[in-house]
Amino acid sequence: MDLDYFFRLFFSGLTRGSIYALLALGYTMVYGIIKLINFAHGEIYMIGAFTALIMATVFSFAGMPALAILVLSSIIAMVYSSAYGFTIEKLAYKPLRKAPRLSVLISAIGMSLFLQNYVLLAQTSNFLPYPSLLPRIPVPRFLQGLVSGPQLIIFSTTAVVMVLLTLLIKYTTMGKSMRATSQDRTMATLVGINVNRVISWTFIIGSFTAALGGILISSFTGQINFYVGFIAGIKAFVAAVLGGIGSIPGAVLGSLVLGMAEAFAAGYISSVYEDVFAFVILVLILIFKPSGLLGKPEVQKV
Amino acid sequence: MTLQQIKKTALVSLWFVFLTFPIMVIRVNTITQTITWRWHNMAFIALGTFFGGLLWRLALDRKPASARQAKQPEVLTEDPDVTDVKAESGIARRLGILRVKVAQKRTRRSLIALAVFSALLFPHLSSLYQTNIMITALIYVMLALGLNIVIGLGNMLHLGYIAFFAVGAYTYGLMHQYLGLGFWAALPVAAVLSTLAGILLALPVLRLRGDYLAIVTLGFAEIVRILLNNARNLTGGPAGISGIPRPSFFGMTMNLYQVSIYIYYIVLAAVVLTVFVVWRFENSRIGRALVAMGEDDIAAEAMGVDISRVKLTAFALGSLWAGIGGVIFASRTAFINPASFTVWQSIIVLSCVVLGGMGSIPGVIIGALGLILIPEYLRAFSDYRMLVFGAILVTMMVFRPGGLIQKRRRAYTFHVEEQK
Repeated sequence: MDLDYFFRLFFSGLTRGSIYALLALGYTMVYGIIKLINFAHGEIYMIGAFTALIMATVFSFAGMPALAILVLSSIIAMVYSSAYGFTIEKLAYKPLRKAPRLSVLISAIGMSLFLQNYVLLAQTSNFLPYPSLLPRIPVPRFLQGLVSGPQLIIFSTTAVVMVLLTLLIKYTTMGKSMRATSQDRTMATLVGINVNRVISWTFIIGSFTAALGGILISSFTGQINFYVGFIAGIKAFVAAVLGGIGSIPGAVLGSLVLGMAEAFAAGYISSVYEDVFAFVILVLILIFKPSGLLGKPEVQKV
Repeated sequence: MTLQQIKKTALVSLWFVFLTFPIMVIRVNTITQTITWRWHNMAFIALGTFFGGLLWRLALDRKPASARQAKQPEVLTEDPDVTDVKAESGIARRLGILRVKVAQKRTRRSLIALAVFSALLFPHLSSLYQTNIMITALIYVMLALGLNIVIGLGNMLHLGYIAFFAVGAYTYGLMHQYLGLGFWAALPVAAVLSTLAGILLALPVLRLRGDYLAIVTLGFAEIVRILLNNARNLTGGPAGISGIPRPSFFGMTMNLYQVSIYIYYIVLAAVVLTVFVVWRFENSRIGRALVAMGEDDIAAEAMGVDISRVKLTAFALGSLWAGIGGVIFASRTAFINPASFTVWQSIIVLSCVVLGGMGSIPGVIIGALGLILIPEYLRAFSDYRMLVFGAILVTMMVFRPGGLIQKRRRAYTFHVEEQK
């Protein structure tokens, strides 16, 4: 067994896992609060990455320094993604608060289809090269050859975001309102929580991290098109289910497990069927442990 | 519409101008390193969202009335003339009268007769091009009717429906390639195989509901597509299978025009058969059990409905039509490849069902015909097709979740007065 190869796969899995985690957070938070698979979440990730690409190109034409381009275009992209998340919720989900779950789900699929084609028509259907926005950082000696600078940036960014998010959910008023809303929406309303505002904020935060994931991974892989969000979104959802949907640590754990599983399966078995593994894992999890690794079993109330 | 509402709408349209700014106005091409600024798009967005927003607001204001109406299942009485039309605004009332008219047995019969008659004459009155478009549309009608069993009656969101269509098409393609079998030999085999595939998918998802079901079925379709794409030795991979023969008719040789008409009649017959079976199924014991399960699975189970059996039947019957449709599709295009069977095709079928009216047979037929035929005739806007489909799914769900023609529920009214 080639140990170097193993570690390379390990870090590649960790990279994927980190990106899935950034996306899966949005799924799991939205699911926790309004019990909806937000199919359009992958599209938000794509729009975030696209906006960053557009802004970065404009800024580089204006001759800005690299660091300023990175910071400005990422911030703009994340703000825009959050705005999209907010608007989508108001437009496609809020009028359906009391509708059957099937309606909301169909609405979400429609939104995803709409956003994909919106970007396809307004931009291009081709793959565009994505500039490497991430700064070059030195890789520690013992990791050289196994992991690249951008990968280290991805790990550390994800870790920081996770810590911040955990703090936000544990200690801020908004975080407490979110937890209350996800436990019992009616009760939350009774104790004076503005549920609609909480839901909006959930979408905003989820979109924010999704955009961050989009920018990081696009810079890493170096290309983008309008379709990148869909498959990434589905896989992140699989990760969220794997970890136990509705649970934030679960989403992170599930993402890392899924990322690793994909990387190792692609490395040791076959890379052609890479996308199949995610779905096979999903089906197995749903059959044997539907509540996921860290989730609470769902009790069906009559 | 008050001034304040108009002001609000204007603000919303400003928000959209801001929101769409980077994507709509700036177009970058990182290959040629060029940036195009399209300021005129800003004006389009502003105007479009303003008027769209006004309509949206109007429709939302009117929605509570229609939502209330939708909650009470429409009663199909034996003598529909006495059905009172609820006093509503103009269009709704006229639609209501129309609906009563349609519900009358005589009118309904003559409408069906007219539809069948014009469908029979259609290929003789129009060109080859028209016939071919109609064949495609009728294939989608079949698919939509099949999907309607799972979504409309069973309330289960199935996003992998096109996989069964692929199973049917590939069964024919492969059987021709390796065994030299023709259309009529492949048809029953494909029907059986796609039904089996439906059961195969339904088995692991028996315990799942709602959202999970959607994702798993979607994953299943993706797996099928990836397998077809990668099993190069067997299926030819992305290059697909070409030279699939058209159906034969007792060894007669037919020219392209004749064979198109022939396929048209085959697909028409298949659609009629589908309609008949779905219609009979709906009112059968297991069909009603399916509807009951769709409404509340726990209550249905408590009433003695065997959920597993009902789900399996729904998936199997739904997939059967997709398989048959697939064979016809393969024989019509003479060429199949995995690119024809993407998730988005499933979603097109879903849009047909949702637009027409989940659970309503005439609704689904009209929805499928409309969604497939209109884009064919509006070729200039064909790029916007999928965009519009997405918008249709969202707006239908928000404003008219029951679809254009809402499902009629057979209801048995209990008259207390008569008991005295």
